[in-house]
Amino acid sequence: MAEVLVYVDHVDGAVRKPTLELLTLARRIGEPVAVALGNGAADTAAALAEHGATRVLTHDAAEYADYLVVPKVDALQAAFEAVSPAAVLVPSSAEGKEIAARLALRIGSGIITDAVDLEAGDSGPVATQSVFAASFTTKTRVSKGTPVITVKPNSAAVEAAPAAGAVEALEVTFGALATGTKVTARTPRESTGRPELTEAAIVVSGGRGVNGTENFAIIEALADSLGAAVGASRAAVDAGWYPHTNQVGQTGKSVSPQLYIANGISGAIQHRAGMQTSKTIVAVNKDAEAPIFDLVDYGVVGDLFDVVPQLTEEINTRKG
Amino acid sequence: MSLRIVVTVKYVPDATGDRHFADDLTVDRDDVDGLLSELDEYAVEQALQIADEADDAEITVLTVGPEDAKDALRKALSMGADKAIHVEDDDLHGTDAIGTSLVLAKAIEKAGYDLVISGMASTDGTGGIVPALVAERLGVPQVTLLSEVSVEDGVVKGRRDGDAASERLEASLPAVVSVTDQSGEARYPSFKGIMAAKKKPVASWDLSDLDIEAEEVGLEGAWTAVDSAAERPARTAGTIVKDEGEGGKQLAGFLASQKFI
Repeated sequence: MAEVLVYVDHVDGAVRKPTLELLTLARRIGEPVAVALGNGAADTAAALAEHGATRVLTHDAAEYADYLVVPKVDALQAAFEAVSPAAVLVPSSAEGKEIAARLALRIGSGIITDAVDLEAGDSGPVATQSVFAASFTTKTRVSKGTPVITVKPNSAAVEAAPAAGAVEALEVTFGALATGTKVTARTPRESTGRPELTEAAIVVSGGRGVNGTENFAIIEALADSLGAAVGASRAAVDAGWYPHTNQVGQTGKSVSPQLYIANGISGAIQHRAGMQTSKTIVAVNKDAEAPIFDLVDYGVVGDLFDVVPQLTEEINTRKG
Repeated sequence: MSLRIVVTVKYVPDATGDRHFADDLTVDRDDVDGLLSELDEYAVEQALQIADEADDAEITVLTVGPEDAKDALRKALSMGADKAIHVEDDDLHGTDAIGTSLVLAKAIEKAGYDLVISGMASTDGTGGIVPALVAERLGVPQVTLLSEVSVEDGVVKGRRDGDAASERLEASLPAVVSVTDQSGEARYPSFKGIMAAKKKPVASWDLSDLDIEAEEVGLEGAWTAVDSAAERPARTAGTIVKDEGEGGKQLAGFLASQKFI
């Protein structure tokens, strides 16, 4: 069976969930061979093996942390040349997409970004994409070279499928461009203890109707009752009520959770672009005419300052 | 020495319009008004601010697209860019991101540059990979997704806010930069700017000007093929209740029925 390269997104050896989803998708089109780079790369092997990686190619060097993107492209290219895979899959993070794009150009291949599903086709893998603010679904193939495809989080359920996961050292020679962009400082984001927005199964968002930084405590309390991530509309972010890293929408993050709860969000196209593919959508809004209600499975027309605390209390009671 | 800045911009269908596909599965541009991609306005704004700080700078705004794409160039010129280049050719119809990066890189080299500034992504394709592709083709550093950017003594510095960390980046010019919508509000063109834009030069180049063969771009030259495009089925109407004191409890009931609680 053909091998499929899977680029591993990990933090000091802890594999992030979108990579495990990728391994599940990779098994539909071949045998996954994982590529893990940087600090803790070899520590990823157990988790990767448990989810189907037949081999884990690892390499660590200071360049991965000290310079932007290109050292990782050099390494993925080295893995590509060593394995000659049938396809290359990369998580659709901002960095993942940049790595994948540069690799595709170097190996003379087409690239598909932000796939939401993947299946085997007669002439190579077929990717599903969700476009125009999720109002259309397209099926796309790479028609030249080895398909390079980036896949969004929550595109597949994680399935365990134990495989050998043999760790092998990858040989990497960095090119002249690798040290072009220096990372002079890095400030890790403070953990809120909540799930990462793009990976969360449930997202609770607040918008213009939340009306103030301190009021976001109501949104956070609801999120915590459900073990959810907190999102914010652009209006709330632009007003300075919540950090930009939590913005859901066209210029922020795109989320596709099992459940999305929009509070005080009207549902402008820019916001819908980032959440329309959520499986179940719920909204609370004072304005019965708000376009968000066209999307919902369940909507409450009412004041979020009444409805949300009551909902949170009820959830906490039921969880007892 | 003059700092030569090239800003790449895209003319996109208005997201608030009814966007759809043409019969050949490319984006239908006839039925929806186009405009300068909002995210590219931030690139123009940062170029203007960098030019203000430099002793001597010239901003060229560059786009690849059909005749109407000149509107996007005019907007950028009215904001304050100095001149524009429009790459237009019938053979470009259906060009994908890899092909677009080829056209942009050739045009940027022909124009001459020290710094390329792009928006983080277009508002129609939203891939966000073109700046990285252009940097790869030009063989210069990519300093991308910046929420803050400055240029001094031939060095570009910026801040990139990622999921896991916020990073400070630094590279020597020439370089390719992309900026996010957090980089700073884009200015509105003044009346004076709009009038001045009408007199600014807009060069028109085609593929032969850039030594690109027709087979390298367009739908035929694309590295990817769209097999089908289906409109997402309308969602079935959901249940909407009015809060009369029990709205939160009713919603909890729904969430429980769906096994979320």
